[in-house]
Amino acid sequence: MKCRKCGEKAVINMRHHKLALCQKHYLEWFIGQVDKTIKRYRMFRKKDKILVAVSGGKDSLSLWDVLLRLGYKADGLYINLGIEGGNYSDISLEKVEKFVAQHPGAHLHIVDIKTLYGRSVPELARESHRGKRICALCGLVKRHEMNRVAYEGGYYAIATGHNLDDEVAVLFGNTLRWQTGYLARQAPVLPSTHPMLARKVKPFCRMYERETAAYAILQGIDYIYEECPYAVGSTSILYKNLLNELEEQSPGSKLSFYLSFLQAKENEQICFMGEEASPELHPCEKCGQPTTAPRYCAFCRVIYKLRENGI
Amino acid sequence: MVKIIYRDKEWEVKPGITVKKAIKEAGLLVEAVLPIKDGKLITEDTVLKDGDVVKLIAVISGG
Repeated sequence: MKCRKCGEKAVINMRHHKLALCQKHYLEWFIGQVDKTIKRYRMFRKKDKILVAVSGGKDSLSLWDVLLRLGYKADGLYINLGIEGGNYSDISLEKVEKFVAQHPGAHLHIVDIKTLYGRSVPELARESHRGKRICALCGLVKRHEMNRVAYEGGYYAIATGHNLDDEVAVLFGNTLRWQTGYLARQAPVLPSTHPMLARKVKPFCRMYERETAAYAILQGIDYIYEECPYAVGSTSILYKNLLNELEEQSPGSKLSFYLSFLQAKENEQICFMGEEASPELHPCEKCGQPTTAPRYCAFCRVIYKLRENGI
Repeated sequence: MVKIIYRDKEWEVKPGITVKKAIKEAGLLVEAVLPIKDGKLITEDTVLKDGDVVKLIAVISGG
């Protein structure tokens, strides 16, 4: 198969775009597509300070790489969750630090949950009897810390490496259950609703997972290949596999599903009545972040309960 | 023969088939893997030759 731009040997074929490209033209194309997405959804501008949430995986490290190449002011944030299974957190931190060493000028914030709060995420999950819902607790911890670091550092937005397959899997799951509240909020940009709740953006939302992996490989980014031990067997992976079966038979289905959903919302062909009303927020008495819960936010309730019980 | 490697598994296929056919015969999806030969990405129409070693990189992760 030949590169459509230069006729050299192609390294990737994207059936959904009817496009095969060589290494040089693929990397150029990929970076250009991401920049178009940033501009199309008005995510941020060159003058804005951006915080990229990096996990050591292919998506987040590729995103940070692309933003730096495009000249955006992008710093990284790595949250050490303390996941010991398969040395997951240790290996992922090594990958992030290696990336920083290879990108002169890249600035990285590291937040170590155990050092800051006395317990790793798996320990917090066990001690608060959330062992079976560790992924939900992990998400809660990450959101809290991303908001905190973004606020303290004066960042305009947090950029995450969510790719098209991530977005489509979420859309599929929420549609299966008609979770209209979640459907109303799913978008490439989640605006800030409070000074302490950062704007969230997803510059990879139109890039296939296969494309982000190819970018990482071709750019020589060393990422953590192994799955988080708690994600094995997750519903999101099941949905991704189902959607890939569909994509195999009907190339472009994933992109079409996502883009037609966004278009329908933009054109108000679908709307979610009463779902977008913002609940009343007040500052958490512990950390100051806005919450709808009485006295303490969900994050501090986990931490506070542990301390109150003297565990 | 051609050696195919995927995660911690290895198996052999006959030369002369395409990467796409090797992926499908293993019950995998073209959409879910990236084939690498001699350290370089290759497209799925590549015909495999005797002695080739192809590593299939899984691209799907949870999140």
